[in-house]
Amino acid sequence: MDISTTTDVPPPTPQPTVAQRKRNARGATRPGDRIFLGLTRGSGILLLVIMAAIAAFLTYRAILAINKDHGNFLTTFEWNTNILPPTFGIAVLAFGTIVSSVIAMVIAVPIAVAIALFITHYAPRRMSGPVAYVIDLLAAVPSIVYGLWGALVLVPHMNGLFGWLNDFFGWTGLFSWDEGAPRSMLTVGILLAIMILPIITNVSREVFRQVPQMHEEAALALGATRWEVIRMSVLPFGRSGVISASMLGLGRALGETMAVATVLSPSFDIQASLLNPGGGTFAQNIASKFSEANEFGRDALIASGLILFVITLLVNGAARLIIARRAEYSGANA
Amino acid sequence: MSTAAVTDKRPSTLRAASLPKWTPWAIAAGSVALGIGISAAAGLSSKIQWGLIAAVLFVLGTYGIAARVEGRRQAKDRVATSFVWVAFVVAVIPLVSLIWVTIARGVKVLDVYFLTHSMGVVADTEPGGGIYHAIIGSLEQVGLATAIGAPIGVLTAIYLVEYGRGRLAKAVTFFVDVMTGIPSIVAGLFILSLMLIFEMQPFGFAGSLALAILMMPVVVRSTEEMLKLVPNELREASLALGVPKWRTILKVVLPTSIGGITTGIMLAVARIAGETAPVLLLVFGNPFINNNPFEGAQASLPLYIYQQFANSAGSGAAYDRAWAASLTLIAFVMILNLVARGIARWKAPKTGR
Repeated sequence: MDISTTTDVPPPTPQPTVAQRKRNARGATRPGDRIFLGLTRGSGILLLVIMAAIAAFLTYRAILAINKDHGNFLTTFEWNTNILPPTFGIAVLAFGTIVSSVIAMVIAVPIAVAIALFITHYAPRRMSGPVAYVIDLLAAVPSIVYGLWGALVLVPHMNGLFGWLNDFFGWTGLFSWDEGAPRSMLTVGILLAIMILPIITNVSREVFRQVPQMHEEAALALGATRWEVIRMSVLPFGRSGVISASMLGLGRALGETMAVATVLSPSFDIQASLLNPGGGTFAQNIASKFSEANEFGRDALIASGLILFVITLLVNGAARLIIARRAEYSGANA
Repeated sequence: MSTAAVTDKRPSTLRAASLPKWTPWAIAAGSVALGIGISAAAGLSSKIQWGLIAAVLFVLGTYGIAARVEGRRQAKDRVATSFVWVAFVVAVIPLVSLIWVTIARGVKVLDVYFLTHSMGVVADTEPGGGIYHAIIGSLEQVGLATAIGAPIGVLTAIYLVEYGRGRLAKAVTFFVDVMTGIPSIVAGLFILSLMLIFEMQPFGFAGSLALAILMMPVVVRSTEEMLKLVPNELREASLALGVPKWRTILKVVLPTSIGGITTGIMLAVARIAGETAPVLLLVFGNPFINNNPFEGAQASLPLYIYQQFANSAGSGAAYDRAWAASLTLIAFVMILNLVARGIARWKAPKTGR
C-alpha cells in the first residue's frame, strides 16, 4: 500500500522534452509499459501458436497413420488398426457424427428458442429469474454425468417411445426397430439435445433481451398480439444470435465424447434406421478404441480426431462469418 | 364486460371477444385427462407417449377454441404461448430427473469413508472403496491447469481490450472464438501426439496441459467482457494523472473488474473439472493414490465415474459408486458456480448506469 501511494504520485519531474512528450503520447515507451505490452501480446501470440501446433501435430501423426492404411481412409467401413495390414476408415464415424448432431439440433433448437422466449417474454417476472438460473446451472453439469444418466435412466425409458415410433412410422424405414436395446443414434441425439439445450438457450436469451424496447412497443401499439410482436421484432433482431447459439450447440454436439460413449452401442456399419443400435461418432470411437490401441492405433485415432477438428473449425468459422455479415447491415445497432 | 362482448355482436366496446383467464388451465387439465384416457384405453405403456399425446391435445384444443371465439390471430398467439410453455415443461423434465436421480442414488454410498478411501484393493464389481484418489487427482490436475490457463487467458484479454489494434488482435480474437469450439477430445489428442513423439507414459500434468488449452479461450472471453465494462473515464483519469499505462491497468482497470474476472475463471474451472475425454487419453486412471501429478497415471473424478460405469459388468456396487462420485462432482461444480456468482454480485463494477 505504502509503496504504491508513494510511487503513484509522480515527483515533480523536470519538464519533459518535446521528443519525450511525443513518445509518451504514443505510449509503450517506459520500460514497465514495454514489458507489460510484451507479456500481454506474448500470451496472445501463444494462443495462436497453440492453435497452429494443434493443427500441425495432429496432421503429422495423422499422415503417419494414413500412409500405412490398407483401406481408403475416407470410405472404408472398418476400424482394424491392430492387424496387419491395418485397415481403417472414417465413413461410419462421419455419418454417425452428422446424424446424431442433426437429430440433436432438430430437437434442441426450437425448444431452446422457446425457452429463451419463455424467460424473456412469457414467464411471470418472479419466475423468469430462477428459471434462467436453473438453466445456467444445468449448463455446468459435466457431460459424463449426462452420460451416466443417459445410459442408466434415459435408455430404459426409450423402449416405449421406440415401440410407438416403430408401430406408426416403421414403414418409413427410418424408424423401424428390431427390439434391441435402445442404445441407438436417436437416443444419442435426444441426449445430445438435452445437453446442448442450456447453451443455445443462454445465448438466445441474451440476444432476445437486447431487442430494443421501442421495436416491441411499436408493434404492440399497432395492435399486434404477443406472438406477432415476437415474429416481427424479436425474432428478426435475434436471428443472427440464434444462429450463432445453434452453431455453438452444434460444435458441442459434434465433439461430445463421454455421453455418446456411454449410451451408444457401437458397430462399424451404417444403420438405415435411427432406432437400431450401431454406428459411431468420431469422439466416441476415440474414447472407446483408445485403451486397446497400440501406438499405431493411437495415430489412427489421431487421424480421425484431425477430421473432427477440421469439421468443428469449419462450423465455428462459418458461425462467425454469419454473425459478422449480419452485424454489418442489420438495423439493429440503433 | 368481456362476457357481454361475446354475446353482443355489435362493437359496443373497443375490446374484442376474449376467453376468460382460466381457459389455458382448463384446456390443459382437459387435455391431460383426455391424454391419460386415450393412452390407458390404447394400452400405451410409456409415460413419454402419455405426455406427448397430452401436449398435442393441448395445442390443438387451444387453437380450436381460441379460433372460434377470438379469431385466427389470437388463436395463433395462444398456440405460440402454449408451445412456449410446453417446451419449457418438456425441457425441465429430463433436467429434474437428472438432478433427482443423481441425488437419490448418490447418497446411498456417499459418506466419509467413501470420500477418504481409494479403490486400491477393491475390485470394480465389489462394494466398498471410495474416491479419495480421484479427488486428489482432480484437484491437482485442475489446479495446475488453472495455474497455466488463467494467467495466459487474462493477459490475452488485457492485450485485446487495452492494446489490441490491427491484424494481430483481429487474428487472436478470431482464433479465441474458434478455440472455444475445440472438442475436448481434440485437445487431448494434441497432447497425446506430443507424448507419442517424446515417448512418454501417461501422467497427471499432461491432462492439465490439455485442460489448460480448453480453459484459456473461456477465460479470455469472460475477462474481455469484464474489462470492456470498466468505464473509460477511470482510465483517462488515471492516465491524466501521469500514471503509466501498465500501472493504470494493474491498479485501476483490474481492481475494478476483478470480481467479474474471478467469476469467469471459476466458471472455466467448473467447466474443465468435469472434462473426461482428455483425462482418459492422457492420465489414464489409477485405482491407487498417486499424489505426484508429474509421474505415473492418476485418477480424476469424471474419469472415475466413466470407469466405474464401463468396468461395472452390470454390478450394482459400481453403479452406486458412479452415482455417488457424480453427486460429488456436481456438488463441487455447483458450489464453484454459486461462489462465482456470489463474487460477481458482491464485486460488480459500479458503472454508474
